[in-house]
Amino acid sequence: MDYMASDGGAWSPYLVGALIGLLSMATFYFSNHPIGASTAYARIAGLIGKVFSKRHTESLKFYQETKPNIQWDVTLLLGILLGAAIAAYTGGEITGYWVPPLWEERFGSSYALRLGVAFLGGAVMAFGARLAGGCTSGHGISGALQLSVGSWVALICFFIGGMTTARLMFGI
Amino acid sequence: MNMNMDTNTLSDHESLIHAEGRATPHVPLPGILPLANKKAADRQKEKADTPRQIMLGLFFGVIFGFLLQKGGVGKYEVLLGALFLTDFTVMKIMLTAIATGMIGIFSLHALGLVELHVKPTRYAANIIGGLIFGVGFGLLGYCPGTGAAALGQGNFDAIAGVLGLLAGSYLYAETSGFLEATVLKWGNRGKITLPELVGARRTIFILWFVPLLATILYLLETFFPMAR
Repeated sequence: MDYMASDGGAWSPYLVGALIGLLSMATFYFSNHPIGASTAYARIAGLIGKVFSKRHTESLKFYQETKPNIQWDVTLLLGILLGAAIAAYTGGEITGYWVPPLWEERFGSSYALRLGVAFLGGAVMAFGARLAGGCTSGHGISGALQLSVGSWVALICFFIGGMTTARLMFGI
Repeated sequence: MNMNMDTNTLSDHESLIHAEGRATPHVPLPGILPLANKKAADRQKEKADTPRQIMLGLFFGVIFGFLLQKGGVGKYEVLLGALFLTDFTVMKIMLTAIATGMIGIFSLHALGLVELHVKPTRYAANIIGGLIFGVGFGLLGYCPGTGAAALGQGNFDAIAGVLGLLAGSYLYAETSGFLEATVLKWGNRGKITLPELVGARRTIFILWFVPLLATILYLLETFFPMAR
């Protein structure tokens, strides 16, 4: 298995990083919000929860503080999806697969296994993000660049947890 | 500030409110008052966004997603490579974004043009939540932002990841009453920053920290020239 097979991105990581830094300045200035992705999932989950039981959802402590509404972060998340689609389409990098090749090499081509583990991983990750107070964007970029102690602690823990899990899964 | 918060008396609490000029309705608050005060501050921050802000969110999101895809971090192999330490694309993007944004945002702040949004430090929650996040990150292979980017570029397995993210978020909300009364209180230090922690002036700290980040990037290029 060739773990070095990835070919990175179409653009230099330093260019992309610098532009994300400039984008952060713009979101602070124009929107008074730092970039973050995980809260949007929590809001959308709350919106769905309200469909089934409005009263129960609104009674939860978390949703009393983080309102399950369409806010800046929700449209930001939709924008990420759209922006990545535009970039991939114009750059000829649309993948269109259900099982990533690297996963398939190690775990086979079963859709059920990949999607099951992806669902579980997403659920575990969201729970961790909410407990930690942010994700790789909110803590890892926005919090870290504001020198928040908790953000640096969380960012280091993201990678410790991730590296351990990935190594165990792939047996290296 | 951290230590005072835990030992605040009622009068301190009141004076804090007055000092910050907030007209907080005086309802009897359960539990420790300083914490209630913090929560009141948090709640005040959670103002509904204007339609203009919501449209700006979409606009900035499109740019962010475009950049994530061009940077290659919507790819499963690139993100797993970051965890195997064979592909440093993620680290290069993050550290460059942090360095650029740090200089930019603190400069804008010094000019009075932006407000800061420092996330609170809660050691137990940051560590436990961070490690749990990492386990999920390893299993899924995308993080919340790059997962949306992955789906945008056609990695359909990210659909299961997104559904999982929604389920996990709601599960957290279900347990949030308990967690906020326990884990989130352990090692709660408020909005402390690295310069405060080491007792340095912020500008001086940044003047050391940005070159440190640049040095890390330089060392990555020097010692792992084969890796991305």
